Amino acid sequence: MSTTITRPSLLYEGNDWDFAMIQRIHDAIAVIAHGEFKLDTYANQIEIITTEQMLDAYSSVGMPLFYKHWSFGKQFAHHEMGYRKGLRGLAYEIVINSDPCISYIMEENTVTMQTLVIAHAAFGHNHFFKNNYLFKQWTDANGILHYLDFAKTYIAECEQRYGHLAVERTLDAAHSLMTHGVHRYPRKRKPDLASEDRRERDRRLHQEKIYNDLWRTVPVTGKAKVSGGDEERRRALLELPQENILYFLEKTAPRLASWQREILRIVRHIAQYFYPQGQTKLMNEGCATYCHYRIMGRLFDTGQINEGSYLEFLQSHTNVVMQPEYDDRRYSGINPYALGFAMMQDIERIATKPTDEDREWFPEIAGVGDPFGVLSHVWANYRDESFVSQFLSPHLIRQWKLFQVVDDGEKAKALRVEAIHDERGYRNLRRALSRQYDVSWTDPDIQVVDVDLGGDRRLMLQHNVLNGILLQERETRDVLQHLADLWSYDVSLREIDPATGAVLKEHTATARPHFLTA
Amino acid sequence: MNIIDRRLNSGGKSLANRQRFLRRAKALAQKAVRNHSKDRSIKDFDQGGEIKIPVDSLREPRLHRAPTGGHREGLLPGNKKFVQGDTIPKDKQGGGGSGAEGAEDGDGEDDFRFVLSQDEYLDLFFDDLELPDLAKKTLASTESTSLHRAGYSVSGSPANLSLTRTMRNSLSRRVALNRPKSEDLQALEAEIEALATEGDDPARLEELRATLSHLLARIKRVPFIDPIDIRFRRFQAVPRPVAQAVMFCLMDTSASMTEHMKDLAKRFYALLYIFLKRRYRHVEIVFIRHTHEAEEVDEDTFFHSAETGGTVVSSALEEMVRIAKLRFPMEDWNIYAAQASDGDNSASDTTRSAALLQQGVLPLCQYFAYLEVGRESEATQMGFIPRATELWRTYEAIAEGGQRFAMCKVNHRNEIYPVFRRLFERKGHSAQGEPA
Repeated sequence: MSTTITRPSLLYEGNDWDFAMIQRIHDAIAVIAHGEFKLDTYANQIEIITTEQMLDAYSSVGMPLFYKHWSFGKQFAHHEMGYRKGLRGLAYEIVINSDPCISYIMEENTVTMQTLVIAHAAFGHNHFFKNNYLFKQWTDANGILHYLDFAKTYIAECEQRYGHLAVERTLDAAHSLMTHGVHRYPRKRKPDLASEDRRERDRRLHQEKIYNDLWRTVPVTGKAKVSGGDEERRRALLELPQENILYFLEKTAPRLASWQREILRIVRHIAQYFYPQGQTKLMNEGCATYCHYRIMGRLFDTGQINEGSYLEFLQSHTNVVMQPEYDDRRYSGINPYALGFAMMQDIERIATKPTDEDREWFPEIAGVGDPFGVLSHVWANYRDESFVSQFLSPHLIRQWKLFQVVDDGEKAKALRVEAIHDERGYRNLRRALSRQYDVSWTDPDIQVVDVDLGGDRRLMLQHNVLNGILLQERETRDVLQHLADLWSYDVSLREIDPATGAVLKEHTATARPHFLTA
Repeated sequence: MNIIDRRLNSGGKSLANRQRFLRRAKALAQKAVRNHSKDRSIKDFDQGGEIKIPVDSLREPRLHRAPTGGHREGLLPGNKKFVQGDTIPKDKQGGGGSGAEGAEDGDGEDDFRFVLSQDEYLDLFFDDLELPDLAKKTLASTESTSLHRAGYSVSGSPANLSLTRTMRNSLSRRVALNRPKSEDLQALEAEIEALATEGDDPARLEELRATLSHLLARIKRVPFIDPIDIRFRRFQAVPRPVAQAVMFCLMDTSASMTEHMKDLAKRFYALLYIFLKRRYRHVEIVFIRHTHEAEEVDEDTFFHSAETGGTVVSSALEEMVRIAKLRFPMEDWNIYAAQASDGDNSASDTTRSAALLQQGVLPLCQYFAYLEVGRESEATQMGFIPRATELWRTYEAIAEGGQRFAMCKVNHRNEIYPVFRRLFERKGHSAQGEPA
């Protein structure tokens, strides 16, 4: 890249920043990111906020606006407490998957930190949001802010119309099922959140238009005959089995008011919006960390930041990508920043300086010489689980000294070391790590299997137990109570061993009458 | 790229969430606040504080797998000595899973701690307390009034003329009665003039002149502004509630009052002061100490100087009545009084005190609280009814009759809050709950 615009002067010096400086830094980074690294990003919108506003943003899952619910207040109180006591610091930045891509940066950051944050969030995460297939498939970056605005107004309106308590209880129930309110397989329709509030408004207008009080007075004649028999057809109409419990309730629950269905729908949409983020945490952070590392390096190489700033950057960078070992007191699982960054760097190494082992393991990328080309492909087409199972190299396994421990349950007296970082262990370890990121492995598989519409209207769910790990009993009871309130009849959940079909445990709950409309 | 400075946007976006959270946790938070306030000193009482409540009621349940049981695999970094096939004995709990999982679990069962702001703290503390007779008094003593805008009237002083309203009426009347516009008249006159100079269409000229005179007559009949249009801004005298209170602190400072007793009294006064401050915009305090004679003193002297002499309660009551008459007329002030004493009074003064209290003091006051402070050791004498003191017996008779009078005995610091609560408890609906 001989045509790179090299600026003789530094972008900044010292610690303080101003708006012109941020603009200058952003432009300089954009030249490197778009020009040299061929990143493809949404337009950026950088917002400067205070500590207090950062705490606010924390409690509404990082979104600039959100509907009101006590659980967010609880989170806020919790974060604030931790922050005041100095137990934890605040994130330097929050970035939102929207178009334009909004990054919040804190006013306290030094200018080097702002540079780092812009490189990390406004370019790294931004590129990932725009290009990864999961985000493309599942989320609507154009519509999200508009939709949240609608959700907020709608729920506030419901509180006015139907009372705080009723709305709060409905939201509580919906939140408890949020983890099972997503479609895991793509559907035909592209997500379009912008039309959501139009749809809801139209529906209400239509209802108001066709409302006629006379219908109330029409005497009810004998019930329509239930067409019995066609079992297959009935199940197909109900879309059973259904793993999206909130969807099922929204469409089928017999006694919910239409505003309650709309609330379920809102919670479901938001869960769906966040669904890809849970599955790409490792890659997303790896991508952003790798980008900021390369960008800061280039800024330093081209003389746009000085040694002092570079050292300051390196210090916070190494803090972020630190991975304590398993016997370290600080160990609390695998750090996604560390592993993500290590894997991206490893791919760069394979693409530029492969060993014989790499050529054998990764014939298609070894030695192709263009790290950003390879990585862009990776960032676009994988999620954590497939990413690890494709690209975790023996080299990295050795470097991290990974090993696998197995617990065979109650009977076993000791844990067994199943695999270590050697020739026999590589594939095992890679599979095991990939499973840790696989949602179908980590989330319990719970489905609505049937509903007894002819009889007592009991809703039947099933948990296909994996590896003999049952559900946490107490919380399951609470969630089931919420589920029963929404369904308004009895609910049962069977935990079934898929191999034998044996019922391992059964939970039941009975609806509290009129609980949600209190 | 856009850079937006959001720093000036108001913070506290999650205030509504926080309020919902507190409402949800209200009963628990209230309990926590009361427990917490027991071992707080008066000085930092009206600050916020950190409280903890059991996390149970604030659980957000989710469907997830149990942390124990079944077949589990874990992948860890940093192997040092293990080779494939090694075994690691389980620890006593057996359950399996890695240490990190155990820690998460422990966290979950912990109490939930959070910080309340001063307002939130006091709100919770004083939530079901009420100043007795507050409503009655403010209604009864509304002699001061203030003027408030109250619509429009057809009469009033010229200073209060509402131009906009008047002109609006005038305009609509002119439109309704079809008053000719001055532009039309001018156009008509110009046309007449033109016709008159040319002189070739006399018939038309005649017709126009007739129209003109007709219009002129109409303009006279329909005036631009009619008395009927005129509106005045109307003001109404609105009774202003009395929003100031004075608090009389009476205390026996004779030698029999120990430091401990004074400390108890001080705590009680401080609570009362904070409480009054939350209800009234402006609160004054008057300190009156007495031995055998009474005088008004400043706060420091009140609590810290020791004196010798006999004990004549009526002297303090007299002083209070005098000061109230002089500086705090009943119409303008809500008067509260709290008296602290160890119960001694000279026998000859008893009847005089009682009479003075009933006829002089109580009619003045919103509320009179008598706090008898005892020795710390007295509280421990279980099953032994302490001999009622001179003053207690005197006041007991009064308390039976009146509602504005309350009395309590306190021996230990711990009892201050419960006693205070008992004195000011909202009468009638003590079982307060969230309307469901």
